[in-house]
Amino acid sequence: MDPLRQSPSRSSSRASSPRTLPSEMLGYVGIEAVLDQLKIKAMKMGFEFNIMVVGQSGLGKSTMVNTLFKSKMWKSTMPGLGVPTPQTLQLQSVTHVIEESGVKLKLTVTDTPGFGDQINNDKCWDPILGYINEQYEHYLQEEILITRQRHIPDTRVHCCVYFVPPTGHCRLRPLDIEFLRRLCRTVNVVPVIARADSLTIEEREAFRHRIQENLKTHGIEVYPQQCFDEDINDKILNSKIRERIPFAVVGADQEHIVNGRCVLGRKTKWGIIEVENMAHCEFPLLRDLLIRSHLQDLKDITHNVHYENYRIFRLNESHVLPRGPGWVNLARAPASVPAPAGPQANPGPSKVGGWAKDNSDEEC
Amino acid sequence: MSSEVARHLLFQSHMATKTAHMSTQVFDNEEKQKKENPRSLAMSGHVGFESLPDQLVNRSIQQGFCFNILCVGETGIGKSTLIDTLFNTNFEDHESSHFYPHVRLKAQTYELQESNVRLKLTIVNTVGFGDQINKEESYQPIVDYIDAQFEAYLQEELKIKRSLFNYHDSRIHVCLYFISPTGHSLKTLDLLTMKSLDSKVNIIPVIAKADAISKTELQKFKIKLMSELVSNGVQIYQFPTDDETIAKVNASMNGHLPFAVVGSMDEVKVGNKMVKARQYPWGIVQVENENHCDFVKLREMLICTNMEDLRDETHTRHYELYRRRKLEEMGLTDTGPENKPLSLQETYEAKRHEFYGERQRKEEEMKQLFVQRVKEKEAVLKEAERELQAKFEHLKRVHQEEKLRLEEKRRLLEEEIIAFSKKKATSEIYQSQPFMTPGGNVRKDKDRKNSSFM
Repeated sequence: MDPLRQSPSRSSSRASSPRTLPSEMLGYVGIEAVLDQLKIKAMKMGFEFNIMVVGQSGLGKSTMVNTLFKSKMWKSTMPGLGVPTPQTLQLQSVTHVIEESGVKLKLTVTDTPGFGDQINNDKCWDPILGYINEQYEHYLQEEILITRQRHIPDTRVHCCVYFVPPTGHCRLRPLDIEFLRRLCRTVNVVPVIARADSLTIEEREAFRHRIQENLKTHGIEVYPQQCFDEDINDKILNSKIRERIPFAVVGADQEHIVNGRCVLGRKTKWGIIEVENMAHCEFPLLRDLLIRSHLQDLKDITHNVHYENYRIFRLNESHVLPRGPGWVNLARAPASVPAPAGPQANPGPSKVGGWAKDNSDEEC
Repeated sequence: MSSEVARHLLFQSHMATKTAHMSTQVFDNEEKQKKENPRSLAMSGHVGFESLPDQLVNRSIQQGFCFNILCVGETGIGKSTLIDTLFNTNFEDHESSHFYPHVRLKAQTYELQESNVRLKLTIVNTVGFGDQINKEESYQPIVDYIDAQFEAYLQEELKIKRSLFNYHDSRIHVCLYFISPTGHSLKTLDLLTMKSLDSKVNIIPVIAKADAISKTELQKFKIKLMSELVSNGVQIYQFPTDDETIAKVNASMNGHLPFAVVGSMDEVKVGNKMVKARQYPWGIVQVENENHCDFVKLREMLICTNMEDLRDETHTRHYELYRRRKLEEMGLTDTGPENKPLSLQETYEAKRHEFYGERQRKEEEMKQLFVQRVKEKEAVLKEAERELQAKFEHLKRVHQEEKLRLEEKRRLLEEEIIAFSKKKATSEIYQSQPFMTPGGNVRKDKDRKNSSFM
């Protein structure tokens, strides 16, 4: 893992500073009412969540999104209807406001039709990384204004769901590996095995293990990242999740009657695959991870880690880019300009160090 | 990475009107979609994100809370006692003296825990406020302290490698201003201090030692105080009334400002239970009795209902104001031909340049110093060497002279020896000859005697 990326200790340190004295209260004061105040404030402001789905066409991305949020976000494209595949990768975003029990969520889903569909898929991740970085850039711009807004609109991608085609083969394809490698440094990536109804349970397990091994070999850390585990509870919870990543999911947005109940599922000649049935597929796990338990965590890691990394990179590389009049270029351009895709924390500090060293060399 | 352009995404109501929309890029169909009001979507089932507020709360519990209170008031007015009573703890004991020459601020941080909520509470006390004979400089240290906390936060925020999420926030969230219970009106010092603080911090005025005023006087006093504050344009903190759940309570509390409080940690038996109270010969003033004083209201408002709002106001209003002023002072603006990231980065670069120059200068200085020292040492050594040389010469000379003298002496001595041996030879010759005449012998004897004395 990147040694320069610190894991954010999100809890204020238990070890008190020398001037902090733990005190005992003799009775009820009412401090815990602050939790209710927080809740009220949060409900009033509403929540925001931005999710991106990446994968080749035909893997069921749009259907999956519809299933996750139980609504028609996208018109799911049916194969063979003569919809032309886009020549280049274009990102489409759609924003909806959904409400449940008084909680308002502004959900933005970004789709990537055309990913990996061309003959030559070289650098097909560039537009996606460009989009993600652009959202970070917006936020950074808003943040460094002199007169800031009260609440900066958050369009940063909090989670990227990557659809792996269910080949059942031993390894991840080179395209997958390249893409995941670059992306997991910039955004939280959750890989899923798409269209898992074409694999049997044993095949699924084997495929899953192979993918996990692959990810480990290439040093790809997907969400939930191990280095951000706070305490033992988190570790236990997240280890359970990490064992099951990537989830084998099936998406369906049509309802059928099974045993008198109305369930979402895919109807085939040999049976009905129930989406929400754990025995059939792992969709409930994905839904729980994304929505019910780790949504806030996804946003936190995006804000505290990925966005900060981007900010560091951005503020450090300022002297490389051309500027207007009156600009004093103090540094020699470093020998290798970092690739625009995948800003790493590495080039920043070492560049600064190199600059300092260069200039001190010319002193002696 | 394409061009750095300022973007502005409209988002419903929480907006301050902004500037420049600049050139668009590849992804503008997405932009346009976002600028329209996002559509509401109906879900056909239970998705489960109603747990979102709980997730947020869990994270906050993990992080812990931070609350900083500043108590401004004269010495002996009951600040420490009130804080003790508010948080039901005995914080610290000693009373401060009245003889400090300047106003100082003393901050103490405590960690409190109630069920699963951890609170890092910082109490800042003004020491020596109102004690000096000349009170002109009394409020400046307070203003400086508040500004210093904002500055520290701003510095952290402007750093390149920053860690805001575990930064110990020391900005003052609320200022409890203690008014002494004279029953007449605000003192000039109070007015001036509050006027200088109102744009930097949330002020909640309280009437201290309220058991010194009777009920009717209290009512008149409160009205007088509020009208004075209003007529002088002092903005005190108003409890927020925009959320229906707490709007009514807050509105009614706003009418009770300033709160008349009594603080006490001593327990007195009233009826059949022990309550916190102050015992007088004529009666017992119960702290938690709403008929006796407004302490319960203050605790309600400060802690149970509005703590989060106080922190929010501090961060979004007071801190932003400070930040805006500070950045404008540094010469940065939002509008103009240059882009915003440029200006901040220009400052960074300028600072880097400055530090670089500084470093150069310091290096030069040290080099000079070193060279100088070496020269000095050399000179000293040379001096020493010369001295040694001189001494050596001198000694040599002395030695030479000594030697010459000794030679001289030796020569003399040798001459004498020769003379003596000659005489001795002659006398021996005379001795061996026979005696010629007695007279002559006597003479010769005399001579002989004389010569034997030689």
